[in-house]
Amino acid sequence: MSATTTALPSSPPGFMSRSAVLVAVAAMLLGLAMVAGPRYGALLAIGMGFGLALEGFRFGFTGPWRRMILNRDASGLLAQLICIAIVALFAFPMLANNGAEIKGAHAPIGLAMIGGAFVFGASMQIVMGCGSGTLVNAGSGNAVAALALPFFAIGSFGGAYHLTWWTSLGSLPVIALSGTSGLAITLAGLAAIGVLAILLGARNSWRIPARYWMAVAALAGLAILHLAVAGQPWGVVYGLGLWVAKGVVAMGADLSGSPFWAAPGNAERITASVLTDVTSLTDFGLIGGAALVAWWRAGLGSPIGKYPLRAWASVIIAGLLLGYSSRLAFGCNIGAFFSGIGTGSLHGWVWFVAAFAGSWFGIKLRPFLGLESRR
Amino acid sequence: MIRGHVVFLTLIGVAVFVGLDFANSAPLNPYNAPPLFSLGSGLAATGAHCAAPPPAQ
Repeated sequence: MSATTTALPSSPPGFMSRSAVLVAVAAMLLGLAMVAGPRYGALLAIGMGFGLALEGFRFGFTGPWRRMILNRDASGLLAQLICIAIVALFAFPMLANNGAEIKGAHAPIGLAMIGGAFVFGASMQIVMGCGSGTLVNAGSGNAVAALALPFFAIGSFGGAYHLTWWTSLGSLPVIALSGTSGLAITLAGLAAIGVLAILLGARNSWRIPARYWMAVAALAGLAILHLAVAGQPWGVVYGLGLWVAKGVVAMGADLSGSPFWAAPGNAERITASVLTDVTSLTDFGLIGGAALVAWWRAGLGSPIGKYPLRAWASVIIAGLLLGYSSRLAFGCNIGAFFSGIGTGSLHGWVWFVAAFAGSWFGIKLRPFLGLESRR
Repeated sequence: MIRGHVVFLTLIGVAVFVGLDFANSAPLNPYNAPPLFSLGSGLAATGAHCAAPPPAQ
């Protein structure tokens, strides 16, 4: 069964309403900078920028992979690769020249990492949203994403809780490309995948639409700014797990049994304000930025999709799997694919292959789960 | 139910969570906050990231 997408007529917000909301958003960002510190206000603003760009230009990660697999439309995947290449052009020199101030999204390749990426790829196609996509879709009124989001967070908490056990199953040391030669290898790898996508894609599907180019410019610029401000690349799923960790600790749970959550850095973040956590702030910004675009467009009057019960149950399970698997995989499309490859981590490449294979299965599963008509 | 209701519930959920966390977490101190840019600060990046390897057991 497919979603009902008939839009109800609704008038766009007027000049006064738009001005009032923009002033309120600016006041909120300035207020956070004053109360918590300028870096945190800036990170919330950068997160909102990500949300504005992804929703405003209707760009993402899950949809382009789906169109590549189903329709052999390579344009979205090519845009992603170009965006990562631009980030890498700036990130590699920043990492090489700034020591401990800047760190990459570097993670080890392992059995659980590969399996996690595969499951994440399948789950993101079921929900039709990756890490950033689920936040953006929830912020713009997509009921599937809004239902998946809390379970994504619970799964992320659980995956992190068990992460040490999973990595003990077999894991290589962290391998990261660096310097000019590392950048050259990264750009050559991205180009090779791009050529492969063009060869496998339908005729003329290599033509990238203008809105994708604008999204690429915005996302690359914001990602480089994020790296300079936070000292680390853009990520999503750590923050989601942290929210649940904070919740269970507030309810009296003891997390000392988890090597991950009991580690000093993570235990400190549980007690610190969420308004000082890098990924939480950009996650909030993604939701807020997408909501702002959806409201601005007057696109909030559409009824939500109608699905059978088994579809909603599938979304809950897929949400849990998204969170759990993304921690095993050391990131989602953003933390592993986008930021991992963009900062030279070999795990980002392995993540891409495994998640793309998983996506194929996820797309095949959707009709059987009641999320779309059988072809 | 329309998309606007979903957005409203999502934003309310975030606001309630942030409010509860604000009330229960360590107080914010802007005078002890890191500089705006990590780049050029001379300070090590200390934020958490999903790609960070787990702590050794």
